[in-house]
Amino acid sequence: MSILLHENARLIVQGITGYQGQFHTHQMKEYGTEVVAGVTPGKSGMDVEGVPVYDTVEEAMQEHDANTSIIFVPAPFAKDAGIESLEEGLDPVIVITEGLPVRDEIGLVNYAKEKGAHVIGPNTPGVISAGKSKAGIMPSHIFKPGSIGIVSRSGTLTYEIAADISNIGLGQTTCLGIGGDPVTGLNFIEVLEMFENDPETEAIIMIGEIGGSAEEDAAEYIKEHVTKPVAAFIAGRTAPPGKRMGHAGAIVAGDAGTAQAKIDALNAADVQVGSTPEEVAKIIKEQA
Amino acid sequence: MKMYEHQAKDVFRKYGIPLAQGGVATTPEEAARIAGELNKPVVIKAQVLAGGRGKAGAVKFADTPEEAKQVASEILSMDVKGMKVEKVLVEEKLDIASEIYVGITVDRVKRMALVIASAVGGMNIEEVAASTPDKIVRHYINPAHGLYDFECRNIAKRIGLSEKQMNTTARIISALYRIYEDYDVELTEINPLAILSDGSVMAVDARLNVDDNALFRHPELREQASAGMDELSPLERRAKESGLVYVELDGDVGIIGNGAGLVMATLDVVQLFGGSPANFCDLGGGASPETTAEAIELVLSNPKVKVLFINVLAGITRCDEVAIGMLKTMEKVQAKTPMVVRMIGTNEEEGRRILTGAGIDVMDAMEPAAKRVVELLGGA
Repeated sequence: MSILLHENARLIVQGITGYQGQFHTHQMKEYGTEVVAGVTPGKSGMDVEGVPVYDTVEEAMQEHDANTSIIFVPAPFAKDAGIESLEEGLDPVIVITEGLPVRDEIGLVNYAKEKGAHVIGPNTPGVISAGKSKAGIMPSHIFKPGSIGIVSRSGTLTYEIAADISNIGLGQTTCLGIGGDPVTGLNFIEVLEMFENDPETEAIIMIGEIGGSAEEDAAEYIKEHVTKPVAAFIAGRTAPPGKRMGHAGAIVAGDAGTAQAKIDALNAADVQVGSTPEEVAKIIKEQA
Repeated sequence: MKMYEHQAKDVFRKYGIPLAQGGVATTPEEAARIAGELNKPVVIKAQVLAGGRGKAGAVKFADTPEEAKQVASEILSMDVKGMKVEKVLVEEKLDIASEIYVGITVDRVKRMALVIASAVGGMNIEEVAASTPDKIVRHYINPAHGLYDFECRNIAKRIGLSEKQMNTTARIISALYRIYEDYDVELTEINPLAILSDGSVMAVDARLNVDDNALFRHPELREQASAGMDELSPLERRAKESGLVYVELDGDVGIIGNGAGLVMATLDVVQLFGGSPANFCDLGGGASPETTAEAIELVLSNPKVKVLFINVLAGITRCDEVAIGMLKTMEKVQAKTPMVVRMIGTNEEEGRRILTGAGIDVMDAMEPAAKRVVELLGGA
């Protein structure tokens, strides 16, 4: 079945006329995603890759029956774009943009909660339901339809593990990045719940990293509520404390958020943690 | 971006938070002059972006301007946790009866900002939270309506304050909240917030960290932000200026990749196979040839690097752009450092063509590439 993004996904691309917006609209269309409209204020009437462009999401929704939004809008304006789509009832709203101020992220994700809708990201590669639809920037050819669900804080590391899954003869249902920032829309627990309830997903891979307590909280949740096999990878075992390793959320503060703490918590929940990406694929193959 | 104590106090002063009188000195003579103007015993505090200044002996008292000159001279030549002291804050010494803690930070799990307050101030708040968690009051700030004054009074009462002190502390918490909103604060705290023997309330220390991702909307802070880069090494500073993320480590394997998670994993895997990473370097998404070239030059300018490992799994990034950048730098740098390149993803055929055309071998799997790196180390 897949989660969040299905065959019936009809996308609006916000920031469609920018460099990334244009490139990835092309890539998504090539994958077979139904991109129905784009929005860039001031560019109404244009078209990008055959997709009509509008000034506002409201205008686009008058002409098209979109249900999903993907945002390539620069960081200073991304929250505004997200709220605009949530106002129009789009769900999920996928924020590819990196660099949003934390205060903006707080405003955006809490508004989504109020609307009962889902924000994916910010700072995410997006979502792909293999063989069905892609609302993101991942390289499509490494994904194969199958039964493994993948949820990750990372972007490229997600592709790495997806590629290992495909290479080992398995495939993916849905693969999504919750994003690398300290405050995200969907979190691990919410996505694990969706995978647990998805009839097509038989096993789950969780890709975490240092900083925060998301993996530890997820481990607690898995213990109580997840019956399907889960394997994990935690990036940043070699990261020194106090240094931010790229992602705004990837920082070990004092004793909290270390890779070892996360690995221990996951092991206690019967989740095996691979020491390399390839090992994770092998683990899940044995369990699935 | 972390503010120095005196900068944080300048902000606090604007918002009406009660502070001791004082001034910043960069020389012992200036310190003496300020002490003379204050005409009372002073405390002299090193202005560095490090915690634990007291324990490091970087906070000292002086009874006279002459003593202040001597003390300032000692502190100004100190090195606190690797940071040179270039300024001191000279303030009137306060008659402190008790110390409390107030601060605002972001809770990632609840996705909200919160006020943290405690009747136990002057100590590391994380230690207090660990040993006496019941002494910590946490109040989440509703993103829809912000922090009301009555909520601040509730917090002040919950940490045991009453009457005038409760009111003043509530106003201080409210001011911190307005600062959080106005300055896009990641963390702001007053530790300790002191109750003086005359019953008045005063902020003794001040911390203010601004969300780096919000600096675009605080142009007036940009100068301060670049000045505050003394936490970074010269190479890390250069990287930040080029828009790269670079963290210096101790080993001899230079590492460049695209995506923080992938780069962290690359470091982990190299270490697993017996190598020692020299650095973390993330090209970010969609790196241009120029950014790629800059990253390679940066990593190779570290003399400890014996082997360079470039690990690219291109999504929003394009393999051909990375390849062009590599060739640019090969011309410039004439790198004799052995290199292992692993590259797959968007435009991979084009990228490989460019590199193999230049005699550079391209691998397609991460583990074998990491193993090859460690093999090369044996020979390097």
